[in-house]
This record gives sequence, C-alpha cells and structure tokens, in this order.
Amino acid sequence: MTRVMAGAGSEIRIAMRNRWVAIAVAMMALFALVLSAAGSAPTGQIGADKLSVTVASLTSLAVYLVPLLALLISFDAVAGEIERGTLPLILTYPVSRGEILAGKFLAHLAVLGIALLTGYGVAALAAFAFDPGAAAGMHALVRLLLSSLLLGAAFLGAGYAVSAVSRRPGAAAGAAIGLWLVFVVLYDLGLLAAVIADGGGPFTTRVFPWLLLANPADAFRLYNLAASEAAGAAAGVAGAAQTIPPALALSSLLVWAAGGFALALLAFRRVRP
Amino acid sequence: MLTCSRVTRTFGAVEALRDVSLAVAEGERVALLGHNGAGKSTLMKTILGLIPATSGEIRVAGAAPGDRAAREATAYLPENAAFHPALTGREQIALYLRLRGEPASKAGALLERVGLEQAADRRIGTYSKGMRQRVGLAQALIGRPRLMVLDEPTSGLDPVSRREFYAILADLARDGTAILLSSHALTEVEARTDRIAILSKGRLVANDTLANLRREAGLPIQIQVAARPDTVGDVARRLDGTRVNGVRVDLTCAHGEKLSRLGQIARLGGMIEDVEVIPPSLEDLYTHFSRRADQ
Repeated sequence: MTRVMAGAGSEIRIAMRNRWVAIAVAMMALFALVLSAAGSAPTGQIGADKLSVTVASLTSLAVYLVPLLALLISFDAVAGEIERGTLPLILTYPVSRGEILAGKFLAHLAVLGIALLTGYGVAALAAFAFDPGAAAGMHALVRLLLSSLLLGAAFLGAGYAVSAVSRRPGAAAGAAIGLWLVFVVLYDLGLLAAVIADGGGPFTTRVFPWLLLANPADAFRLYNLAASEAAGAAAGVAGAAQTIPPALALSSLLVWAAGGFALALLAFRRVRP
Repeated sequence: MLTCSRVTRTFGAVEALRDVSLAVAEGERVALLGHNGAGKSTLMKTILGLIPATSGEIRVAGAAPGDRAAREATAYLPENAAFHPALTGREQIALYLRLRGEPASKAGALLERVGLEQAADRRIGTYSKGMRQRVGLAQALIGRPRLMVLDEPTSGLDPVSRREFYAILADLARDGTAILLSSHALTEVEARTDRIAILSKGRLVANDTLANLRREAGLPIQIQVAARPDTVGDVARRLDGTRVNGVRVDLTCAHGEKLSRLGQIARLGGMIEDVEVIPPSLEDLYTHFSRRADQ
C-alpha cells in the first residue's frame, strides 16, 4: 500500500504541474456556472426545489463531461511512460503492475474528485442563492457526486486500457476520443434509431432497457434520473428510467468501474517494455 | 550473484541471444562489450526479467529474474535514463526510495553522492543529459543493491564525472555488489573492470580478464623507437623496422619476443632517444574476438 500511495502522490504532483487539475476544475466550474445561469428562470410549475432541478441539469452535463475528463487524464498513463522511456526502469522495481496502475488510478480519481466538487459546489451555491428550500435536493447532489466518481472511474480504467493497447500517446489520444464518441454519443444515437424503427415493439420493451444498462454513461443517467424527484425536468431517457430500478443502474456503474480497472490491468500486463 | 546458463532469446526468426553463459560473482565488475545490436541490451533485459528467455536459465541472487526477491536485489540503470520532466530530481528519487520501501528523506544524500545537490529542487525537464544520467545513477544506488545492471552508464558524462562514477562503482564492488555494465568506451572499462565479456551477434565470444584475453589472442606488440634525424636510417636497418618519419622507427613483435627485442634496442645506446612499448589495445582485442567469431 505504501508503494501505491507513493505512486499516487507522485502522479498528483505531475497532474498539478501539467495543469490537468486546473483544466479539469476550470472546465467543471465554468459549465456548472453556465448551467446555473441558464436554469435560473422561475421553475414554479415543476414543483421541485431549485437544487433538484440543478442536479437534473448537472446529470446531463456530467454524462458528457466526466467521461471526457477521465479519458483526457488517463490516455497518457501507459503510452506516455513507454514514449518517455520511463517504463522499463519502474518495472525493475519491486512493485507490481497492479500497484503501479492503482497509484495512477487513485491520483487521477482524486483529480476528478476535486474538479467535480468544485463544479457541483458552484452549482449548489447558485441554487441555494435563488431558493432557500434547495436543501431538499442535497441528497440528490451527493448521489450525483458519488455516481459521477464511479462513472469517472469506469472511464479512467477504459483510458488506461486504451493507453496500454495503443502504446503511443498520439494513437492513445485518438482511441480515447473514439471511445468517448462511441459510448457517450453514438451509442445513444444508435439506440434511438433502433427504438424509432422498432415502433414500440419487443426491442423497445425487452432489449432496450438492458442495452441502456450495458453502457456506463446511460446507466449513470438512468440512476440519477430515476432517483431524482425532478426526473421530469430532463427529457430523454426519462421514460426508460421508470422501468429500471436505480439499484440495477448503480450496479452497472460499479461493475464498469471495477471492470474498467481489470481491463486496464489486463492490457498493461501484456505490455512488454 | 548472477548466473546465466545457455540463455537463448529469439525474436521471430532473429536470434538475439544464443547459448549465452555468463556469471558475475559478488564484488566483481564485468564489462559487457559488443556492437550495436550484438544483444547487450537484450541480455540485460532478460536478466532483469523485462523480457523472458526463450530457453536457458538465469538466477539472480538465487531467484528467477523478475521475481520480487530478484528485483529487490537488483538495481538497473537504463541506457539514456529518462524520468518525468515535471518532477524535480529530489521528488523523483523520493518516489524510487519509497518504491523500495526506504524513507524519502534519503533522497538528498543520494543526490549529493552523484553531485546533483545544487539541482535537486529543479525540474528534471531542465536537466542536461549528463544530469539525467546522474539521477539514473542515484536511483541505482538505493538500498545497497547486490547486483547492478548498468546499460551504457557513462554515455553523456564528462571525463571528470566518469572518473567519479567509476570511483562509486569501485566502492560498491568493495562492499560486495556484483556489477555488470555495458559500454562503448573501451578505454575506460580497460582499467576499471575485473573481467571483459564480448558479445557478437548474440553469442558470447570472449569472457576473461584482460591479461588472459591478450595472451589468448596473441596479437603482436608494437614498439615505437624514437631516433635522431642522423641515426634514423641506421636504426631502422639494424632493427629491421619500418621508418615512419624523420625520427621514428616502428617494429612489431609477438608477446614472447618482447624482451629480446627490447634488449636489441637497448644495445643501440646513444643512437636512440626513446622507446615506447604499446600492448594490443582493448579495441584490437575486441576486433580480434568479434572477427574470429564471424569466421
């Protein structure tokens, strides 16, 4: 464990020096502010408190931003070490590849955590400023924060795996963007097309919910919307969200977070310096 | 401390190492020489457990290469040691210390030992190649390694640093560390290692002390006689040597004839100014053994 923490400490330092922390925090804070400003119109007709509405908007933001940030932070992890030529030396140390990867993972998760806390914190403060009753949405915000971390963990793992398979930072960056496009954009578009073509048939009722669960980004959205009282405030998958229990969506996120790391370790073990 | 027996490593159809048997005992410094692509780095990486051998056996401190026990006993300095440019020298060494289970506070002393105390808190991105090489050496000194594997350790170091570097190696060897180092600079390993191993196209073609290699190769010794302009023709005739310029005559002789030849020269007395005996250099030996293996 001391080895893992040593690696993590060093990685956090590198992330701060490389401005990743600053970039991630600035990005989250900026988007949260924009969302709060856009959503500051009166929402009396929905009947939900301001913070719950904010959480619903933050959910649709996080679905795009958290995977993107996680992939940006992680794509260089293995490929960068290979390119710099630092990998062979570290692998001759009495430290396992799992420990090396765990150190990076902890550090990068901490960076994500700092960015999320800042962004969500800004949004929450704005909500409280407009609505004294916003405290009612506090548990939704905590839920959002924790599930965002799980979503980030899943994509950190995927980013490491891509990094180890690509072996070059350039190729890894391309593959990471591809991964983001597929999981966050194209997957949903594909499902949408299939649902429209199906016209309410057996695909829509039987297969579609499971396909949503299979994608960590959709599972994240499902979990937060299903659990949220302001689900109606967000369009999109709200219909499907009602048919899938939140616990199932949460399990999907947990499986993806653990599976992503396992996948990364598998790919990293195959790297020969 | 290190034994390799009949180690073979193939990459596809290419045999990078073939039947290499080599041992390094405690306190012994062995220089591994060879052309680019002769298999030096491959052998080192196999010893470190970074790449597995296709066949043959390697033992490092009694363990298989890459085992935790072997890695704990071994320090490695890669060719062109590279580090994260965003970390300072002190932070980088502190990380390596903690990975070996040592307190990070020892970083200052290690950096001082390799002459980097002034730059310890600057980022490695600002270091010169020689300074990075010193960081590499500092990490290799962590925790009294029992086996050191050094790949081209002095490339990028200036002559003074090289001397300091070999002084550190001598200290380590005195304390019982087994050292295997590769080098292109033959003249510098000549006096500073105990044994020379030569790899050629993946095969070990020589493995002995310098004196024994000289004897085995039987290469001629060169004698340079400095005469005066008025005597040089006479000296060349009497010694049956080659006149090189207005004052110098060159002779070559086998190892066994050396003393009788020198006696001949000494009898010339006042006709000559000076005499110089040049034994076959490591370059000559290296060329001899590499070429012999090709035939």
